Amino acid sequence: MKPAPFVHHAPRSVAEAVGVLAQVGPEGKVLAGGQSLIPILNMRLASPAHLVDINQVAGLADVVVTGTEVRIGALVRHAQLEHHDEAYAALPLLRQALVNVAHPVIRNRGTTVGSIAHADAAGEMPAVLALTEGVVEAVSAGGTREIAVADFFEGALETSLGADELVVGVRFRRFAEGTGTAFMERARRHGDYAMAGVAAAVRVEDGVVADARLSFVSVTDVPRTLDVTSAFAGQEPDAVDWSAAADLVAGAIEPDGDIHATAAYRAMLAAELSRLTLAAAAARSVALQQHLSDSEGPAA
Amino acid sequence: MTSQMFGAPVKRREDPRLVTGGGRYLDDLGHSALAAAFVRSPHAHARIVDIEVSDALDVDGLVGIWTHEDLPGRVGEPLPLLIPHPTLTHGRTQFALARDEVNYVGEAVVMVVARDRYVAEDVCQRIRVDYELLTPVVGIANARDGSALVHDDVPGNVACRMLQEVGDVDAAIAAAPHTLELDLDIERSACMPMEGKGVLARWDSDKGELRIFSSTQTSTGVRAAVAAKLDLPLAKVECIAPDVGGGFGVKINHPWPEEVLIPWAARLLDQEVKWTEDRREHFISSAHERGQLQQIRVGFDDDGRVLGLDVKFWHDNGAYTPYGIIVPIITSTQLLGPYKPGAYRCEFWSLYTNTVLVTPYRGAGRPQGCFAMERTMDAIADRLGLDRAEVRSRNFILPSEMPYDHGLLFQDGRPLKYDSGDFPASLAKLKALVGWDDFAAYREQAEAEGRRVGLGIGCYVEGTGVGPYEGGHIQIETSGRVNVSTGLTSQGQGHETSFAQIVAQELGVSIEDVFVTTGDTRRMPYAVGTFASRAAVMSGNAIALAARNVRAKALRIAADALEVSAEDLEIVDGDIRVKGAPGTHMTLGTVSVMSNPLRYAFDEAAKAATQFAGTADYSKPPVADDDEPGLEGKDFYSPTQATFANGMHAAIVETDPVTAEVKILRYCVIHDCGTMINPMIVEGQVHGGVAQGVGGALYERMVYDDSGQLLNASFMDFLMPYASEVPHIETDHLETPSPLNPLGIKGAGEAGCIPVTAVIASAISDAEGFAITSMPISPVELWELRQRHARGEIPSLRGTRHTPSAPVTSAPVTSAPSTPSREAP
Amino acid sequence: MTEPIADSATEELLDLTVVVNGVPRHAKAPARRLLSDFLRHDLRLTGTHVGCEHGVCGACTVLVDGQPMRSCLMFAVTAQAHEVTTVEGLGAIDSMGPVQQAFIECHGLQCGFCTPGFLTTITAYLEDHPHPTADEAREAISGNLCRCTGYQNIVKSVLRAAELRAERAGTTT
Repeated sequence: MKPAPFVHHAPRSVAEAVGVLAQVGPEGKVLAGGQSLIPILNMRLASPAHLVDINQVAGLADVVVTGTEVRIGALVRHAQLEHHDEAYAALPLLRQALVNVAHPVIRNRGTTVGSIAHADAAGEMPAVLALTEGVVEAVSAGGTREIAVADFFEGALETSLGADELVVGVRFRRFAEGTGTAFMERARRHGDYAMAGVAAAVRVEDGVVADARLSFVSVTDVPRTLDVTSAFAGQEPDAVDWSAAADLVAGAIEPDGDIHATAAYRAMLAAELSRLTLAAAAARSVALQQHLSDSEGPAA
Repeated sequence: MTSQMFGAPVKRREDPRLVTGGGRYLDDLGHSALAAAFVRSPHAHARIVDIEVSDALDVDGLVGIWTHEDLPGRVGEPLPLLIPHPTLTHGRTQFALARDEVNYVGEAVVMVVARDRYVAEDVCQRIRVDYELLTPVVGIANARDGSALVHDDVPGNVACRMLQEVGDVDAAIAAAPHTLELDLDIERSACMPMEGKGVLARWDSDKGELRIFSSTQTSTGVRAAVAAKLDLPLAKVECIAPDVGGGFGVKINHPWPEEVLIPWAARLLDQEVKWTEDRREHFISSAHERGQLQQIRVGFDDDGRVLGLDVKFWHDNGAYTPYGIIVPIITSTQLLGPYKPGAYRCEFWSLYTNTVLVTPYRGAGRPQGCFAMERTMDAIADRLGLDRAEVRSRNFILPSEMPYDHGLLFQDGRPLKYDSGDFPASLAKLKALVGWDDFAAYREQAEAEGRRVGLGIGCYVEGTGVGPYEGGHIQIETSGRVNVSTGLTSQGQGHETSFAQIVAQELGVSIEDVFVTTGDTRRMPYAVGTFASRAAVMSGNAIALAARNVRAKALRIAADALEVSAEDLEIVDGDIRVKGAPGTHMTLGTVSVMSNPLRYAFDEAAKAATQFAGTADYSKPPVADDDEPGLEGKDFYSPTQATFANGMHAAIVETDPVTAEVKILRYCVIHDCGTMINPMIVEGQVHGGVAQGVGGALYERMVYDDSGQLLNASFMDFLMPYASEVPHIETDHLETPSPLNPLGIKGAGEAGCIPVTAVIASAISDAEGFAITSMPISPVELWELRQRHARGEIPSLRGTRHTPSAPVTSAPVTSAPSTPSREAP
Repeated sequence: MTEPIADSATEELLDLTVVVNGVPRHAKAPARRLLSDFLRHDLRLTGTHVGCEHGVCGACTVLVDGQPMRSCLMFAVTAQAHEVTTVEGLGAIDSMGPVQQAFIECHGLQCGFCTPGFLTTITAYLEDHPHPTADEAREAISGNLCRCTGYQNIVKSVLRAAELRAERAGTTT
């Protein structure tokens, strides 16, 4: 299990990187953390002729938190984002999801942007990007474009990215103040790809559910948001039957079976995890509202 | 006295180098060697039509490409069938490189040697092999059906049919008040050592000598096999097992194709050649084990005593049978565990499939046998509404009945005769450890919290320390350094430590002065190998005997020199002294000097032994007629039969009411391997065995599709447990010495994994209220079983729930057929 | 379209320099050389082991700028920007690090093949979590596979190593 030969490019700037990409076209592959790519190369499931190693590109390793967004560069490692306190305060869902990404050692090297660009339906961070209605920033020799998450993922391991484009960063949109979030998944072993996973965001306002959304891991071809507010709107969170979204969930997912779990089992898991994450997210929202009304302080 | 070494939890001698990067495993050797890689069959069953290498020839760094037609003489003949058996009427082995036909995905077809492994793989990628596809036979049911054949000349895919019977089983079952039938199945897993296999060969063209390094469990076996294949005198071949990164059975089979081809290529090229198996190769071209379908019919009395046991099973032996039928023989004999079965009959069929071959994996057929017997015990208990532990104890062979002869032939071709064991005491300890009698209350509390829990149990007996023999050689240098060698190999069992403990104890030397070498045919050419939990029993006793010989010689020489009787001497910390008069003494090093009359003085100490030192008695030759120079001793240990260890495990599991995930809350082990040399090491062996057992019960399986593709040939998808999946293991020991050997020891290596599948199945059944009959079990499968149970397709357990021990007397007798197993007509 | 590399005939050897265990080490190797192979075969630091080459087993784990990473999932060419610590850098036989010593004391290894990956991982973990509980210790080692020990004595080793670190810190300050 050794990779096939390739030409290694080590650009120092985004301009240089996209210059190389423009030149090598579909024969090239971007290497960032490599935690998904290198196993594929080692098994020779892919043999790109050129690797554009962006690890030396300046300016891609920052996490920037604004009032509305968390922006991360293409070289931000999962672990860096996971332990970024300001990012956690702004968008707790990031850490809630990141702790489920493989094992810590993989998170030390793997990049969040890389896992989004890889577009694996079993990836956690694509689901987070979907739920936050985030934006992908892509640069090519021709310029920069922003791709809304809804337009980015096109299928399993497929995105709308051009072969000459480099994702330089993504922006996760922060939820409205007082929104609680939760992320849960089930894998055969701790750290494995999930059989199913669910991210939930719930906002309780004036004592009743005002907004409830889900996104999924491993049970949809393409990460996307499912708005389940209609099942709970106006209900008091303590009295809600959080399984009421089960039909909506069942209608939104299209799980496949594989050697680890059947489609039916994954559907069951998606429903169960939806119930659990919605409840957990709602509880957090209630706590946040409590905190807000107590202190008028910033959302945490 | 020298401090007690035997039986002490001595820290391991091998560890300092292993924790500092100083281990030397196969791939750590031969940095300048050429590298081999293989083109392996992508098809489970096909005829080779054409092999096209022209695209590969211009790859820079390529050294050579070989197919079967390039292999001369015996190198091109089938690999040996290592363990023939009269019932193995249709044994088949593969060629080192496939000749006309491939019979599993992964079978080697072309060998490539190149500058390094990267280039070798580049070459492999450019070689095209055309195949004509044949019908693959995958799965035991398809093999048994026999409508498609793996080997054209093996009707019904049956490699072997074997029957052993003691007593009249049909009559015993017919006369029994109750009968049950069970259908069980258990799937494939594999050893999966962290280090794969590997071979490095050096050919010395000046001397015509071959040195082989192999990550093997038998260096003497590899040496003999390669010498025969390459038509070399044994004296011109040596084989060394370096540090080996785990074996668990897969490295006992030999010679692997690569063990023949790499030395052959090294000689041909007159260059060092190395092959380091990668993980994918290990999955598809090493060996698997466990797969069996079982049918059990049992007759028993009102108290749950087994009167007759009739077992049939079908064993998946994969595409070839190089290791004979050892695994199913072990299943058929070790199935009996600690029980008296009344009349017993076992008939099995060993079947070919177009899958990776099957050779022993830790436990070697015992986990399957234990599963059969223990599921049967649970079924009997449920049928009669008796406590499961109670039913087991009523069937135990008692200490007063030892030695107990089952009247069967064991895997070594010798009687299956238990030497010792105290099963009631083991069970009592287990019940105390797990809190057997308190479980009902615990469950009640758990259920009140909405949790679903179950308790399971499993008992086994393991024949360990099978022959034919091992040897020990000990030599004491003039420095006092004690060199010990034995021929079998080490794969992490701590032999450098436990064998040193034996020598330190027997000789009266410090363990720091003892240096143990294993698996090096230059040091001990007579040996068998490390398998069947035999190393401590066989080599341990051989080394102890050798140490006693050396000690006797040392005392004899010292007694002469000190002019005292040998009986009056003792050895303390390498110093021989007169008991009660420690002022009169000499060191073992000095005795070593004296034992070797010299012409040349190589150092200060040696002067004393030279010819003009003035110590000679001119009436005697320097070395007596009946003596040998040097302070050395050698001996061999060859027992008449195996020694039988035993153990009992219990587990408490929790099953998620919604997702059917299984969590092991507690895992308890009682283990009896006779006298322990090093309890720390024994404990470690138990832990590791249980972890592999947990893998086999809940996570690991080889998933083949209908075409014979292994769908999970990676650590991503073959779910070996991480620490997060293995429970904390609680252990307690019993030490029932074996009367068969000088040290009173029994083997411990495989024990831990044997009953785990049975125990977890028992616990899940107890939690769920219906019988689990197929293992391993995943959350999905349990979830589906629940649905079938809810639909009435799977009967509920009658007793449903674990209840503490009931008295032997008034056992309830019922006959309603609503049990997991069928009431026989 | 660019010319893909036809075969290794044209494969360029790069002059690579990686700082390993504090020492800049040089070797010529192609761009595709995995860091694990570079350490083992080009630098002959064979303490780092290779168990799966797809990042799952953890035997090849080394510290990259102090953080544990899989050396089989990194190219040597990329590692040039970093300082790498292997098991050989954690301590020698006469100067063992606390984790190495704890593994010996607690029988935390059997065949020793997976051990270097555990040692590097745990060393880094204890830097950030000097006083783990048994559960935390178990979680900390849950990204590495061991086929011999059943992990129990590795968990014990983590806890013992934490003690040893504290003891050593106590004696040196």
